[in-house]
Amino acid sequence: MNAFEYASPQTVQEAVELLGPGWQDSAVLAGGTDLLSLMKDGIVSPRRLVNIKRIRGLDRIELIGDVVRIGATVTLEQLLRDATIAARFPSLTQAAAGVTSPQIRNMGTVAGDLCQRPRCWYFRAGFGILATGPDGEPLVPAGDNRYHAIFPEGQAYYVHPSSLAPALIALEATVEIHGPQGTRELPVEELYRIPGSNNERELNLGPREIITAITIPANGVKNATYEVRQRQLLDWPLATASVALRLSGRKVVSARVVLGHVGPRPRRATGAEAVLNGAELNEQRIEAAARAAVQGARPLSRNGYKVQLAQVAVKRALASLA
Amino acid sequence: MLKADFLKTAWPEPGKRIWIGKEVNRIDGVAKASGRAKYTYDINRPNMLWGKFLICPHAHARIKRIDTSQAEAIPGVRKVEIVQGEGSEIVFHGDEIALVVADSEELAVDGVRAIKVEYEVLDHVVDETNLDQIPRGNRRPGGRRRTGNVDEAFASPEVVTIEGQYGIPMITHCCLESHGVVAEWTGDDELTVWISTQNVSGISGQLANALKIPAGNIRTICHFIGGGFGSKFGPDRWGILAAKIARELNRPVKIMLDRDHELLSAGTRPSGFARVKLGVDRKTKKVVAWESTLWGTGGPGGGGTSISVTPYIFTRIPNQRREAYNVRANVGPRRAWRAPNHPQGAALTMTALADAAAALGVDELQFFLNNVDLTDRPDVYTQELLIAADLIEWRKHWHPRGESGSGPLVEGLGISMHTWGGRPHNSQALVHIYPDGSVDVQLGSQDLGTGTRTVIAIVVAETLGLKPEQITVQIGDSRYPPSGASGGSTTVGGVSSSTRRAAVDALEQLFEKVAPSLGVEPTDLVARNGRILSKSKPDLSVSWKRACRTIGMEPITGQGRQPDPEDQPLASQGVGGVQMAHVVVDKDTGVVRIKRFVAVQDCGLIIDLKTAKSQVYGGVIMGIAYALYEECVHDPITGRRLNPNMEFYKLPGIGDVGEIIAHMMVGKVTVTAPDGRKITIDYDEPGVIGLGEPPVISPGAAISNAVANAIGVRVPRLPLTPDRVLAALAGKGGLA
Repeated sequence: MNAFEYASPQTVQEAVELLGPGWQDSAVLAGGTDLLSLMKDGIVSPRRLVNIKRIRGLDRIELIGDVVRIGATVTLEQLLRDATIAARFPSLTQAAAGVTSPQIRNMGTVAGDLCQRPRCWYFRAGFGILATGPDGEPLVPAGDNRYHAIFPEGQAYYVHPSSLAPALIALEATVEIHGPQGTRELPVEELYRIPGSNNERELNLGPREIITAITIPANGVKNATYEVRQRQLLDWPLATASVALRLSGRKVVSARVVLGHVGPRPRRATGAEAVLNGAELNEQRIEAAARAAVQGARPLSRNGYKVQLAQVAVKRALASLA
Repeated sequence: MLKADFLKTAWPEPGKRIWIGKEVNRIDGVAKASGRAKYTYDINRPNMLWGKFLICPHAHARIKRIDTSQAEAIPGVRKVEIVQGEGSEIVFHGDEIALVVADSEELAVDGVRAIKVEYEVLDHVVDETNLDQIPRGNRRPGGRRRTGNVDEAFASPEVVTIEGQYGIPMITHCCLESHGVVAEWTGDDELTVWISTQNVSGISGQLANALKIPAGNIRTICHFIGGGFGSKFGPDRWGILAAKIARELNRPVKIMLDRDHELLSAGTRPSGFARVKLGVDRKTKKVVAWESTLWGTGGPGGGGTSISVTPYIFTRIPNQRREAYNVRANVGPRRAWRAPNHPQGAALTMTALADAAAALGVDELQFFLNNVDLTDRPDVYTQELLIAADLIEWRKHWHPRGESGSGPLVEGLGISMHTWGGRPHNSQALVHIYPDGSVDVQLGSQDLGTGTRTVIAIVVAETLGLKPEQITVQIGDSRYPPSGASGGSTTVGGVSSSTRRAAVDALEQLFEKVAPSLGVEPTDLVARNGRILSKSKPDLSVSWKRACRTIGMEPITGQGRQPDPEDQPLASQGVGGVQMAHVVVDKDTGVVRIKRFVAVQDCGLIIDLKTAKSQVYGGVIMGIAYALYEECVHDPITGRRLNPNMEFYKLPGIGDVGEIIAHMMVGKVTVTAPDGRKITIDYDEPGVIGLGEPPVISPGAAISNAVANAIGVRVPRLPLTPDRVLAALAGKGGLA
């Protein structure tokens, strides 16, 4: 691991000032469950780490009027055990429970879950976020892509690893971001982007910006997450579906269906939403929505099975609300 | 000292055993659980240096240039040793190129990163699944065998023919403690090495050759080891380099492999693939013909494919034609992996037999029972099959293949059987009885986590009439009398025999000292419950402590060895085991879960029932790991290993293994065979037999058979991951 500076500011303002203009200048440190291994493996080598865990007030979950505000450094374990969350957003509790390592749940934070880097084994071996060979050719399509995207975008074949993002997007959550220009808000859905080169990042965040909180409207939607994982021991999901439904009796007033681990961004399944909107939530509709959710999938040579898994995840998430 | 030889070394009769065969806790359990047990990784010496390797990122390459100048310029980097220099051909991802030794682990890593290597990348072979696509030069014949007349057998109208293909991939040992060493010179030609090893008594001799100093000047220490499984018998490149550089720099040097390095370089289990054709007699349902083409890779050197273990156990099939090929591939080199060749043999044989049973519409249990006479120990297997069937509730849960209901969650049962030798290795032991009554026992052996320390304590305690916790067991140091390496399930037979003889020898000497003070003959004495008693005068006795006061100044030293041509054998070899799996498969997701796993095992006379069962649990868990999760994934383009980490080189957690039932065959067991015959076997009679390997052999086949029973089709190759299960259900199952 290269030598680096370590800063542990007390306020968000100080933290922002300590961050540099380029990705190589600095990195925000919270739980460190991903960042430290990236540094040890030489994938990133920031010159300075800015620890945000000592900043007061970032580690709370609060119900403020009709909004639940989750501080950036709330741990996954805190989220999992929180009654306010469990009562309103079981899909988030289920997603946090899917991180089956107590060590990671105790260290890993909510914002860290959103910002962690992809687990693509080419990226982690040093081939860059777009996994390119020596001549710039993409390695994933002809390589071993059993865990990769079935909805690739551009040159991006990795899947985003966030456990919480699909649920947060389904719940119409927003991230609160602090930077040199002040504060801004961004729907979680818009947090992710497709990098144009190996030098770009996969987040719509600048190097000097820090996520400080996530806010979720507590508007009574029924919601659920279903993850397909092979192991009970900590394991990345092979496909995830988070759903949020506004129901009137058995009738779906409006639906949000989000797939995880199928593409470089959590994927809104708008086709599935259209099938559900205005319809009665019954077995046939659920089947139709699950089919629609994976329409247009472009699986690679070894990951066709994930199309079925994504479909099953949607079906089971919806069925748990029916 | 005069050897008296009036006591028998034979193991006590069943009714007279105090500790042997009981469930005794590990004597080092608290030390391990509390962290007081020190592993090689925990050894840190004053002024110690750290070594880290630069490993090759290519599957096959030639080194054109190496520039170490920037690494050498880093303050704190003390030495950069080129392991394989310019012009060398590297044949697998992970092989060592250079070693950096520095003041700290972090500086050594910095040094490794600062080395510049220019490679000429060469063509690689990393995929051996399709025998016909392997380049000729990478394929070597591994033997042909013929018995009877296969063609005639298959041509008979009475014979039903079943064909299938099966595979079990290359995996690694993935020891919880990676390989490594700390080397410290204590004089010009005196070396101490702390090394994570299965071979405490054998390391010094191997190092001496490389270092050109007398083997007796090298002290090897390994008190605790975090797993070896066959991959830790030698000092290895890192051990020799650590010692050499420690001498050169006159500072202790520590090298522990990083996880990726360990997974890439420190040993693999060869893969096995087979195309199998079976002939079964329509009426008798007996297997009458076997034809197979077997292949696999053991790394760049090839090898590791054994023609002698497929068909596995059912070696008496009357008509056989077999051929084998060894594939040389640019993948990590093989090392012995717990029960070498046997898991492959089981995975390629028991699956084919189960497919034959399913094709004929015969209950798998009946089919195996019906064919046990094709094995070397039909009576043992018959007993074990029937006992395992009861424990897994075969009658209640079995159904014909695929007839498992309509929902997504389906259940199934599967069987596999195995054998192993487990002969005792050579061993010498010293038992000391001191005037203060304390007792210690010394062997240059090692406890791989199997319970060897506890077994040694039990044998001494049983012999001397004491408690296991009263015995100080000293192992893990080459200064003690030599014992064999712990491999091939040879330890328990070896150390229990030598220890028993040493303890009996010591006790005879004690009896000779004590007898005069009691006014009886030494032959009249017995040791029991912490006392020395007279057999002829029941109220005449003396406490152990008081008896030891008669020893005088010098302690008593009892000596024991294995083998001992002057004594009867206390250990032997040859066991059988049967395992059955009960699985639940989600047909929509392809996820397989273990509901219950039954392991019925014979291993001769059991010294400690508790650690014996633990061995079985461990073996079964390791087997579940390779049945469902483990495989080395290689990139078809670059040839690199893609999963040299514990994130994607998957192992199960405790929540993934289900309920495991370990049933040990002990004492006299009588079972009524299906034909009404009463079979009685005394499992203690052969003496002690090793147990490390057997329980890991069958899980792959048993679980694969259970999955086939559940979902109605065979998933041809392990591990049974969701993609492969779904492909098989979609009729697209293959060896990939």
